[in-house]
Amino acid sequence: MKTLWVFWRRFTRNRAAAGAAVVLVAVLAIAGFGRLLYRTDPFEMVGQPFQPPFGAFALGTDVAGRDILAGIIHGAGVSLFIAVVATLCATLTGVTLGALAGYYGGLLDDVLMRSTEFFLTIPSFLLAVVLVAIFSPSVLTITFAIAVVSWPSVARLARGEFIAHRDRDYVNACRAIGTPEWRIILVHILPNALPPIIVVASLMVATSILTESGLSFLGLGDPNVVSWGYMIGVARSVLRVAWWMAAIPGFMILVTVLAINLVGEGLNDALNPRLRGR
Amino acid sequence: MRIRLESPTLSFVLRRLIQTIPAVLAIASLNFLLIHIAPGDAAELLAGLGGHATLEYIEQLRREFGLDQPLYTQYLLYLKRLLTFDLGTSFLQKIPVIDLIVVRLPATLLLMTSALLLAIGLGVGLGVVAATRYRTWIDNVVSIAGLIIYATPQFWLGLMLIVLFSIKLDLLPTGGMMQIGAEKRGLLLALDVLWHLVLPALTLGLFYLAVYTRLMRASMLEVFSADFITAARAKGLSEWVVAWRHAARNALLPVLTLAGVQIGHLLGGSILIETVFGWPGLGRLVLDALMQRDVNLLLGILFLSSVLVILANLLVDLLYGVLDPRIVHR
Repeated sequence: MKTLWVFWRRFTRNRAAAGAAVVLVAVLAIAGFGRLLYRTDPFEMVGQPFQPPFGAFALGTDVAGRDILAGIIHGAGVSLFIAVVATLCATLTGVTLGALAGYYGGLLDDVLMRSTEFFLTIPSFLLAVVLVAIFSPSVLTITFAIAVVSWPSVARLARGEFIAHRDRDYVNACRAIGTPEWRIILVHILPNALPPIIVVASLMVATSILTESGLSFLGLGDPNVVSWGYMIGVARSVLRVAWWMAAIPGFMILVTVLAINLVGEGLNDALNPRLRGR
Repeated sequence: MRIRLESPTLSFVLRRLIQTIPAVLAIASLNFLLIHIAPGDAAELLAGLGGHATLEYIEQLRREFGLDQPLYTQYLLYLKRLLTFDLGTSFLQKIPVIDLIVVRLPATLLLMTSALLLAIGLGVGLGVVAATRYRTWIDNVVSIAGLIIYATPQFWLGLMLIVLFSIKLDLLPTGGMMQIGAEKRGLLLALDVLWHLVLPALTLGLFYLAVYTRLMRASMLEVFSADFITAARAKGLSEWVVAWRHAARNALLPVLTLAGVQIGHLLGGSILIETVFGWPGLGRLVLDALMQRDVNLLLGILFLSSVLVILANLLVDLLYGVLDPRIVHR
């Protein structure tokens, strides 16, 4: 409880991060509960198309007369869901592989390092495009594709952390009293390796949102759900007459990603106080 | 003496070239895997298009493509074809994939290099300025602008720039690479392309500008605490000379490293930006391939651009030695 309090004090010392956390909670609330309070179907034609914002509909209507506010609310859920689940999968994969490679070293380490290098050099967005196109776009395949291109950076980080810890005195002490290796990895090293991983994972959520929006902008979104990138893609052809139609969802992406990045930096300050200012 | 300096470099180039082989092989294997995971093979697709998809016809096509062979034979066949840059034929356009890519490549390379030069040039400058004005309002403005650019989807930024500069202000073209219908040559053509290049290059470059500014700033701040900087200041050199001639050169290395690592990322960004601006490069080809579900073309683009990225990384590695003679390639 006390550590939690210390963490909170450190985190809120970074005022930008504290403000961003408030914004992020608001976006999460919209994503989670928005559709319960605002029940308009984002695919339903509710009025004349091309209505500007602040008229009959708070954010106007799109090319097909669909309510943009409803799209924004539903899109928040979809974008965040995909980003968070993809990040969780990528982090879990990355930490598992990175931990094993870092702790045991040897051939496993070599293979892992070569394959992460491989994934880090090839154009990851293009790979995501190809993956989604081959497996045909759906929330599941998009999440999968983003996770596939995201895990290597976590794996490298986790590996580095485990290498730094594996020969420390406390680990040797565990070995001396016969602690099983899985227990050393999971219970003793992992908690110590976690802070930088948490920071990288939080930033990865932001990157995933950007990747998802890029994919659905290209027409690789799930056809059954609305996402912010899809809304920008739809509005693209009418930029000349209704620029705000593309501006609104893009602005939402910007605000969300900015908030996540700032919170991530705040987490970094709070969890790794020694690295402050780097 | 000279020979002793040159020969390790040459052997380094050779060794790095050999090191790229496993990477290229890995990409080829990934591609092969994806081809086989993709639902429906080439034969089914072609037969379906011909409109007379009898089973016999599909079998005949399978034999033609070697699809009836065991998997490892197909794999070896695939690798053999890749060696001659035979990436197969576009399912729909019936043109060799490599030809389609080669035609589009120059436009993408032009866009990427312009964006990269813009980002590194301006990023290094802004980074030095921010570092020399550490914790002043200039430093703060640069940092905040960077944070916002980081969070902006590049393709959306492109659209908004079109709204501002092309639609509202009518200053720059909305898209394309040159004025359609105007038969321009030589310098006029170059100027026309340049005029069309401004917005896409700016859109693509801004993100990296933010990245490099931030990195250059941090790197400069680190170099500033080194002894040789204190020595330079003690000699009475002006702050300008200390920053630009002594510190910047040393602070540049991490920027180059990152630029090398990010070439693949840059290419991905380029694909999105090209579709926004109708820039006739690989990105547009990707979009066409997506529209027509042309898996062969998509995979060809993935393979070739991955190889390009590997080669670009090799180039960056070699550049290090030029920039910092202390780095001896062994």
